[in-house]
Amino acid sequence: MYDKIFPPKKIALPNGKVVLEKRSRTPIILVLLLIVTYISVKFTGFSLTVLADRWDEFFVIILDMIPPQWDYTPYIWQPLLDTIKMSLLGSVLGSLAAIPIAYLASANVVKSKVIVAATKVFLSILRTMPTLVTALIATFIFGLGTFAGTIAIFIFTIAYVGKLLYEQIENVSMGAFEAMESLGMNRVQAFRYAIFPQVLPNYLSTSLFCFEGNVRYAAILGYVGAGGIGLLLNEGLGWRDYASVGMILLMLVITVFIIERISEHFRKRLI
Amino acid sequence: MNTIEKQLSASPTNRRYIIVVTAIILILFVWSFTAINLENFQESGWEIASGILTGIIHPDLDLLLTFTKQGVPYLLVETMAIAFLGTIIGSILAIPLAFLSASNVVPAPVSWLTRLLLILIRTVPSLVYGLMLIRVSGQGPFTGVLTVALISIGMLAKLFVDAIEDLDTSILESMTSIGCTTFEKIRFGILPQLFSMFLSTIIYRFDMNLREASILGLVGAGGIGAPLIFAMNSYRWSEVGSILIGLVVLILIVELISNNLRGKLVRG
Repeated sequence: MYDKIFPPKKIALPNGKVVLEKRSRTPIILVLLLIVTYISVKFTGFSLTVLADRWDEFFVIILDMIPPQWDYTPYIWQPLLDTIKMSLLGSVLGSLAAIPIAYLASANVVKSKVIVAATKVFLSILRTMPTLVTALIATFIFGLGTFAGTIAIFIFTIAYVGKLLYEQIENVSMGAFEAMESLGMNRVQAFRYAIFPQVLPNYLSTSLFCFEGNVRYAAILGYVGAGGIGLLLNEGLGWRDYASVGMILLMLVITVFIIERISEHFRKRLI
Repeated sequence: MNTIEKQLSASPTNRRYIIVVTAIILILFVWSFTAINLENFQESGWEIASGILTGIIHPDLDLLLTFTKQGVPYLLVETMAIAFLGTIIGSILAIPLAFLSASNVVPAPVSWLTRLLLILIRTVPSLVYGLMLIRVSGQGPFTGVLTVALISIGMLAKLFVDAIEDLDTSILESMTSIGCTTFEKIRFGILPQLFSMFLSTIIYRFDMNLREASILGLVGAGGIGAPLIFAMNSYRWSEVGSILIGLVVLILIVELISNNLRGKLVRG
């Protein structure tokens, strides 16, 4: 289509041969991008004048956060620990629950195509739900508090670890699996002894990575009432008590940093 | 005991290490159960669950298929516009930061400082940015754009840095040896190496930003989040159902397209 409107450039080589060079698609992609940008600007009411006028308001808040209110610390420990507990519990249970689901979603282990396709669709629908929306629904069903947050993290972890795990299972070498089946093991046993050891290091590393991300997510879940430090953040911002917010953010950054370091150390050892 | 068994038992065991790590994880796991409190759990929970399910099965078709400002299609387009513009602005801001934190471009102290800044930017939750930026630009999708731009910087810059540090510098040396100018070196030596990696990262981030944009409505930063939370708070489950269906379908489609595009980019 594109080549018909803009015919390819003909180049005659010294030996008389003629080769065709297709025209670059870059200009049309650029034009399309510009059009989409223009439409987006119209849709969102983006205006540089407002930005130029009022960008300093953002830094007013940040300056209010410095110095953070140090004596607010004792109030932060409990919600911060709750946040970590929520994400730990959700991640551990979620990654355990992801194993059977990933098993059912692997086309090379499960023979029935219907089960495989259904599990895959189920996993991708779970994954598309933003965590905060899941948490919101969970607060309606399970009441306000950390339990709703744990459920939301649990569901996200299943979707994330499950998807990466079944991709790994589908890529393992099947030789050992077939050998064990020919020895008379059934499929689940063969999976346990032939495939699981192959994917175990990657699985553990994925779960750790997911836990890392979940700590970040758990920090905002309190905004919809699902427990943890988000509740305090919401209150502090609502009362315009920016010094306390600064303290909360500082503690959060330190916690996330420590957890990231630990998890990175173990992930490097695993692979 | 034959030689094979001897060799097998001679292999180094790190059983003690594994046992200690497992024990620590188990203790932490049991400890984390103390966070669960079920006293807020009420019988009405099941009613709400079934309400949501029936809402998804019988969505509000009027809402799902009208093209006015309240309809789901308009809100979805608005969410996409927020994510798109935010991604573009975020990537423009992320590129200089990425070069400033690449250890093979700038001296070590500069790179460490920029990295620290990036970690700080990345850790602050998106909703906090949203609430802070509302003060700059008021409620509405404009705030959403700014928030999405700000939260994309962290991840984009980190992935850009990985690409920059993997640059093949021997190409630059050979270009110097045949007498290329600095501009030519950047245009033909560096850009082709980075462009597809950057583009693939940006497309991936757009995919993630769409999800972020869909929840930013909770703080009044435009997009589909606000109607969703209003509908839930007033127990209008059929509206909730139609919004959720629209959102899931949109995200699935975008994910499919972005995976395709990225696959093409990686394969060249």
